[in-house]
Formats: sequence, C-alpha cells, structure tokens
Amino acid sequence: MRTQPPALPRFYWTCVRERKCCAVTILTQVLNGLQLGSIYALVALGYTMVYGIILLLNFAHGDIIMVGAYISWIVMSQLGLNPVLAIVLSIVGCAGLGVLIDKVAYQPLREAPRMSLLITAIGVSYFLENGAQLVFGADAKVVPEYFDLPSMSVGGVSLSANAIITIVVTAISTIVLTILVQKTKLGKAMRAVSEDMGAARLMGINVNNTISFTFAVGSVLAGIGAVLYSMAYSQATPTMGIMLGTKAFVAAVLGGIGSIPGAVIGGLLVGFAEVFVSAIGLSVWQDAVVFLLLIIVLVVRPTGILGRPMTEKV
Amino acid sequence: MSSDETTKTETTVETAPSASPKRHRPVLVQMETPNLVPERDLGKMPVLQAEHLGIDFGGLTAVDDFNIAMGRTEISGLIGPNGAGKTTIFNLLTNVYKPTRGTILLDGYDTAGKSVVEVNKMGIARTFQNIRLFNKMTVEENVLVGFGNSMSTHLLTDVFRLPKHWKQEAEFHDKAMDLLGIFNMQGLAQERAGNLPYGAQRRLEILRALATNPKVLLLDEPAAGMNPAETEELMENIEKIRDDFQIAILLIEHDMNFVMGICEVIGVLDYGRIIAKGTPEEIQNDPKVIEAYLGKQGVK
Repeated sequence: MRTQPPALPRFYWTCVRERKCCAVTILTQVLNGLQLGSIYALVALGYTMVYGIILLLNFAHGDIIMVGAYISWIVMSQLGLNPVLAIVLSIVGCAGLGVLIDKVAYQPLREAPRMSLLITAIGVSYFLENGAQLVFGADAKVVPEYFDLPSMSVGGVSLSANAIITIVVTAISTIVLTILVQKTKLGKAMRAVSEDMGAARLMGINVNNTISFTFAVGSVLAGIGAVLYSMAYSQATPTMGIMLGTKAFVAAVLGGIGSIPGAVIGGLLVGFAEVFVSAIGLSVWQDAVVFLLLIIVLVVRPTGILGRPMTEKV
Repeated sequence: MSSDETTKTETTVETAPSASPKRHRPVLVQMETPNLVPERDLGKMPVLQAEHLGIDFGGLTAVDDFNIAMGRTEISGLIGPNGAGKTTIFNLLTNVYKPTRGTILLDGYDTAGKSVVEVNKMGIARTFQNIRLFNKMTVEENVLVGFGNSMSTHLLTDVFRLPKHWKQEAEFHDKAMDLLGIFNMQGLAQERAGNLPYGAQRRLEILRALATNPKVLLLDEPAAGMNPAETEELMENIEKIRDDFQIAILLIEHDMNFVMGICEVIGVLDYGRIIAKGTPEEIQNDPKVIEAYLGKQGVK
C-alpha cells in the first residue's frame, strides 16, 4: 500500500482560492518548497552515499526514516522524555539500524551479483514496514512537537521556525558530508572502495568497515531526516517511508546519483515541483509531476543533472 | 640407518624452537637455493619465502610446487608464456587466492589465514597487469590512499578542520610529494589519475604501492606498453627504489631486455611449475626455457 505524505498546510488553498498571487504568496511558496526540498535532499543524500560506494539502491533507506520517526514517538509520547533525547536517540537508532542491516543483510552478499543485493534491499524494506505494522499497528501515531517554536511573520510572509531549522540543518549536513567525502582519510577510503574494491583491499583498506561506515553516515542522515519530517508532519505510519523514500530516490537520480551536490539540487527540484503544483491547485497531480520530471530527465540526460556521462574507451 | 644420524636430527628439532626469538615467529624454513640470493643479502632472513605453494581451481592445477626465497634487497623476475600462472602466483602471495597447498612466510611470519588487508600491512604491496588506479581521484589522493595505514587521523579533527588536521595534511602532502618526486610527477599531483598518459599511470601505480610501506613490492608487467626510452628509465628507477627503500622487488615482465637487464634471479614458469631458475645468463642458455618459449624445434 502506498500512502501519500499528509497534505501540505492549508494556506496554499486559501491563497489559490482567493487568487492572491502576490509576492507574499510566492515567497511563502518558495520557503515551503525549500523546506520540503531540504527534507528530500537530506534523504536523497543518504541514497547517493550508499549508491556511490557500493552501487546499491538501498530501498530500505526510506524505512529507516520511518523507524526514526517511531523512535521519536516512543521517547516523547510513550516514555514522556526530553525531546532532545528523542532527537539524539532517533539519529543514533537510525545509524545503528543502518549498520545492522549492512552487517546482517548486505555484507554476506559483497561478492554476489548486484541484482541479489537489490532484491535483498527490497526484502529488508518490506521486513521493516511489516515489522513496524506488527509492533505499532497500522494507524498513524502522532509525534508531538519537539519544541514549541514560534512562527514569525516578516512583511506578511510567515516564517516558521521549523522551515528555517530544516533548511539550515540540510545545508550544514551537505557541507559536512562534502568535507567528509573529499577531505578525510575515511572519505578517500570510501572513494577508493567505490572505484575498485579489490585494489582498495590490496592497498590496505578495510573494505567492510568502510562500507559499514558509509551506511552509518547514510543512516545518520536518515535519522536527521526523520526528525525534520516529524517536525513538519507530526506523524508516523509504517508505510511513511515508501513515498518519502521513492521521491528522494527520484531526487537522487534527477541530480545524478552518486553526486552530493546533485542530490541537493534534485531534492530541491522535487520539493519545488510539488509545492508549485499544489499551489496552482493541482495537488492531485503532485506525485505524477515528480515522476514525470524523472522521465523527462532520464530521456534527455540519463545520468542526471550533475551525473557524468558514461564514456567508454575504445 | 645409522644411530648417529637420528640423534642429530632429534637435537635440531629440540633446539629450533628455543632459538626463535618470539613464540609466534615460525622457525625459518631452510632456504632452498641460498646461492641464488645476492651476496649482500646472505645471512639475513629472507624477506619472502614460499614453500611448495600450489593452488587448484576445481580439477585444474594452476600453480604447483612453487618455491621462492627472496633476499631483502633482491630484484627477481618471473617469466613464462601466457597463462603459465605468473599473476596467479602474485594473487597467492597477496592472499587474494587462498593456496591449496604450501606456506608463505613474509619476513618470517606465516600469512595463512590472514586477510588481504592484513597481508598488505605485514609488508607486501603490488601493482596490476591491467592498471587499477582510482581513476576519479587525483594523483596525490591515490598516493594518500596508500598512506592510509600510517595515517592516524581522527575523523572529527578532519571534518571540523581543527589545527591538528592542517598539520597532518601538510605532513602527508609533503610525504606524497617526496614519493611523486621519484618519477618527477610532482607537477601532476592535482591531475585526475584517469587522465594521465599510460606510462604515467603505470608509474603512479608503483608509487601508490610504495606508499603502503612494503617490504616486498610485486610488479605485474611494469613496462607493458612503454616505449624503449621509458623502459630504460623505469629500469633505473626500479633500482633506485630498491636502493632508497631497501626493499625486495619481484616482477613479472615479458620484455626480455628489461628482465635480463634488471633481475638478479629469474624464475621461468610453464604450466604452473617452475622449470628453470637462475641468473639471467643461466636462463638464457637453458634448453628447457628455450623449449617452453619456442617449442621443441627451438632446442635443435
């Protein structure tokens, strides 16, 4: 069952109905596009990280986010503990889950054909979805507000603190990730493994640890994504990861899978496309437009916006 | 037969373990042909030893009864027709393939049961017949990947660019440049490895292997695709590397001028077995070698 993410905040419709197509509306929509796009970008970064290293489309990535949202729900709603603890546990829990999935499901298949790995990823995804349904039930759980944040209004444009936090956190994550991959020893090891696992081993790189680390980083991003998503939509369902994951995957492919800036561009593009389509009153077309965008990019530029075209040496 | 002989062997068996300095250091296998080791390395422990090494793929014996004892600064060559098992031997020595039979001692330590990474850390590094550089990374980064083991950096100092990070980065940048200097490649440091000309890629692969700080360097066809002038230069550089780093080099090569010009000991492999072993002069005049290369007519 594929569920749609909850509808966007109501003021889109008031704007559209009242034909208030002024600068204020546009600015509000841009901000909303940025917020939604940032969440997609963050999730897309997780896809791109893992794909970039072991060429695996980790279909379980969206479901890791779902688990992260449930962790927040348990900590705050069930145990009544501090929201900061909820954020920390969500992120740490996601990282641990990502590494666990790699060790249990993917590591035994390192030398197997890529198709086996892909099917396993789909299996892990179903396992997490159905496992969550078994444990938590199919109904949506309300994730409480982490913090009671004010919404300011600047010249008629309402700036929600959530939106600003989301955008800033995504920007910081992108920068940290870029430094991590480009400048650190582990990043070099990751890139070496992504190009040639065998040669990397012979140069003394521990391939399994490097890949586990990649999963940990990707899942930390999923954990952050879970918190930001819960901030925006305040609910957790067992199937919430599917559409979120698929859209983020589209974003990663749009931008050029394997590329960090590509994931961000793709994520923002998908976010803006959705918000724009809703804003002009075609919200039922919201998902269709995202996938249409994917089809167009795949036809025109199959490697994505920032992906390098494949050139074969003759 | 004679009681004298039996007592003699018994005593050596008893004394051997106490003679070894560390318990986990295995007793050294007697060198098979010590006369082949260059004079300067005699009396020192061979850096690489293999005894009765062999591997079967299914029913096929790819390598059988391969023996080697390399002096610490020896340059040896492995030659033989295509498909003789030369690269397979490299894969055995680096533990990419697990040997079916035999033992490998690297600087006196048994490599059995060790992973490829551990064997690399024990002191063996290699290049590849078909170049396997990290093409999307820069020349300097390729070398830095090789340094990996000796770089003890902390992830957080790197990510947040703390002062310690800059110090370490400068230090390893200098080390990488020194290494690139061997082949005068400092100017190419920021170039993508995949964009280098063929000869430069081969040279970079040697440097990347050297960066892992090996005791034994295995070169798989280092001169392949190089012109005579480049080959000449490579010969000088390989000798320079041996002298500067004091390491042993084992190489596979089809260019006979190269092999005969640089190797002190040459082993000839045919159908997975060593058919001849000796100095370049001995090999050149060995009828079995001529037969393996040219067929039976060649001997006449």
